[in-house]
Amino acid sequence: MSNPRWVVGIDLGTTHCALAYAPIPTDDTARMPAPEMLTIPQLVAQGTIEARDLLPSFFYVAHESDGPQALPWDPNRSYVVGEHARARGVDAPARVIASAKSWLCHPSVDRRSAILPPGAPEDVERISPVEASWRYLEHLIEAWDHVVAKGDPELALTKQSVVLTVPASFDASARELTTEAAYAAGLEDLTLLEEPQAAFYAWLAGRGDEWRKDVTAGDVVLVVDVGGGTSDFSVIAAVDKGGELVLERVAVGDHILLGGDNMDMLLAHIVEQKMIAEAEEAGRTLELDRWQRISLQHAARGAKEKLLSGLDDGKAKSAQIAIAGKGSKLVGGTLRTEVTREEVQQAIVDGFFPVVDSAARPTTRARAALTQLGLPFAQDPAVTKHLAALLARHADALASSGKKASKLLRPTRILFNGGVMKSPLLRERVSSCIDAWLGEENAEGARVLEGADLDLAVARGAAAYGLARLGRGIRIRGGTARAYYVGIEGAVPAVPGMEPPVTALCVAPFGMEEGTSADVAGGELGVVVGERVNFRFFGSSVRRKDPVGAAIERWKKEEIEELPPIEVDLPAEGRTRGDVVPVTLRSSITEVGTLLLEAVPLEPKKKDERWKVELSVRGHD
Amino acid sequence: MVPPVAPLPFFTRLWFAWAVFFKVLFDGLFAAKLYTPQLEAPKQEETPKLAEKPAEIVVEKVVERVIEKVIEKPAAGPPPTDAALQLLALFQREGRFVDFLEEDIASFADADIGAAARVVHTGCRKALREHVKLEPVRAEEEGVKLTLPEVDPNEVKLTGNVQGKGPHTGVLRHRGWKAVNITLPTAVPGHDARVVAQAEVEL
Repeated sequence: MSNPRWVVGIDLGTTHCALAYAPIPTDDTARMPAPEMLTIPQLVAQGTIEARDLLPSFFYVAHESDGPQALPWDPNRSYVVGEHARARGVDAPARVIASAKSWLCHPSVDRRSAILPPGAPEDVERISPVEASWRYLEHLIEAWDHVVAKGDPELALTKQSVVLTVPASFDASARELTTEAAYAAGLEDLTLLEEPQAAFYAWLAGRGDEWRKDVTAGDVVLVVDVGGGTSDFSVIAAVDKGGELVLERVAVGDHILLGGDNMDMLLAHIVEQKMIAEAEEAGRTLELDRWQRISLQHAARGAKEKLLSGLDDGKAKSAQIAIAGKGSKLVGGTLRTEVTREEVQQAIVDGFFPVVDSAARPTTRARAALTQLGLPFAQDPAVTKHLAALLARHADALASSGKKASKLLRPTRILFNGGVMKSPLLRERVSSCIDAWLGEENAEGARVLEGADLDLAVARGAAAYGLARLGRGIRIRGGTARAYYVGIEGAVPAVPGMEPPVTALCVAPFGMEEGTSADVAGGELGVVVGERVNFRFFGSSVRRKDPVGAAIERWKKEEIEELPPIEVDLPAEGRTRGDVVPVTLRSSITEVGTLLLEAVPLEPKKKDERWKVELSVRGHD
Repeated sequence: MVPPVAPLPFFTRLWFAWAVFFKVLFDGLFAAKLYTPQLEAPKQEETPKLAEKPAEIVVEKVVERVIEKVIEKPAAGPPPTDAALQLLALFQREGRFVDFLEEDIASFADADIGAAARVVHTGCRKALREHVKLEPVRAEEEGVKLTLPEVDPNEVKLTGNVQGKGPHTGVLRHRGWKAVNITLPTAVPGHDARVVAQAEVEL
């Protein structure tokens, strides 16, 4: 193991990446260093490099007409990562990969196969979602080596202690694939951290020792993280254990592909319809081209931010929008319109954050305006409904620690994160909704924890967690946010049109801690030598009490969800091809934070014989 | 030293003033070289003569240096206007600045010009704020009366009834602007800075 000098937190976001770092203190009594942001050199336009805090998570496959896409450390690069790639997403969308992270957790595709960009022309060499993540990390590594390490191999990012964040809602296979990308990029000393936890660590680090005044035993902190592409929720409880305050992550939300970009898209759509209607009234026809539509989306975002900022006390009735045409003729070619406060209120505040009661649940109605080819976007855009569902589903999450079960998990504190939540009006809407739900149960309202930079908190918090792991601060406990099961089909005669009954055998319990492993007793599986064998695989974020080896025969549909199948490929070494070998499973949570499943033969041919079970090799439908 | 100087033709001087203006504004090293001899020259030569003499020397130095540069680096290295072109490209990219200035706006209605001005204003302001940190020279509000014990000719211009010795008392008409920090993009070698905006061809 090398000797890292820095802890580095990397936020590998759906729309942006960021990197924060802090020196590892050599003196135990020294004050905890505050993480700094790396300004990341990147191409921002053809032939132009700038260093910025955020690296847009976009990948552009350069065309031969673009020439080399030189970076300070590579003059002959044939692809672009960052701001210029994002800008090219407007000009040449077929060559640009966006939202690679959402593809990385897409259950129905093979995430190791070259499928991105979807619908790319033939001369574009496609890459896999894993490789796209790898390229973003590679850019960060190279930027670090250029800016910080300056060629010193000891200081190279790959030798530092890196904390990489993933959504709390990422399942075992998406985590596994993320680490695969990280290892491919060359990172060696790696730990995964859930993003809402990272946001909470950033808040803790920002408050210093003062945080104990805001969060005391019995408090339940709801982290609401609404970023550009995804919404991610977690609940962290402060529990008194033997006189010591322990922070425990007790619940995480579903993976919701819904974020600020969807909101801007919807608002732009509304404004476009209005412009077309206005033009028709005036006897003209209006059709926006693709370029104008994108400009409109940018302008709509600006208008949204202005009208939702709350800075003008709600005085401004509207925000002016102007969209330039593509040619060099600016005057005359510019379209003009305005976005009114009511439109923003209706589309964003009431559309995405409606006032609902605690019994509201997300519907599964398809919404055409929100979908994009291939990705399973959230079907219900109402963030507040997703929140209500989360709190209800985990109502008894704290029951074991002496709390009376209620209809709802009751937060006492709220921490906001993500660019969307920068708007005070939206924060106000979410917290008033939650207060109303708490009011239904005669509970006190939740207090909002203030004081974090909502764009950079995840990277900063990841670095702070890196320090906490070295004993420099409190850690949040929690383990896995799901229990995992292998499906075993019952030996019954096949009946046409009826699926054989499946028993779910628990292989990893809820809350399994890093660095622990468990042997699955009672589940003997037969594996054919020299053949790939698939098993059905399930996960549950609500069944907290199933121990390893528990066989579940009946469950409610919403309790356990099916994940992509797992696969074991037994090499023929020392065995006859075609033989059936009985194996048991062993599960471990690695130090990195991923789930490792292994098949252990009952009659090993050599000491410690075991085979890795691949999580999610291929998609299922 | 350069032999007695012949006056430069007007257009050469115009070009020269333009080039040196941007060179001084964006090339800190060049500006420093220019600035230092100006301060040191009188001391070295120990000529207690006033104003005119050092000024002449400055001009000589400038000529000398620019010529040196041109001879030393023909074609190689970025031409001295790169930084200015970068800024222009930035304003064009973010706010269509060049498009706007190059367009004949005489025939358009104010509403059309206003719509275009919004595009230019939003984009150029964003570009300006991201790359140049500007501060007012004077912190006071415009319109207030103030007394200046001494006047730094770089920072303050006296207008109106300009006469007598300081301290001067007057009304602040314009707060002035001062760039306290400027961060320009790094150009990639081989990038032609003269292309302020690429032509676009849609396939």
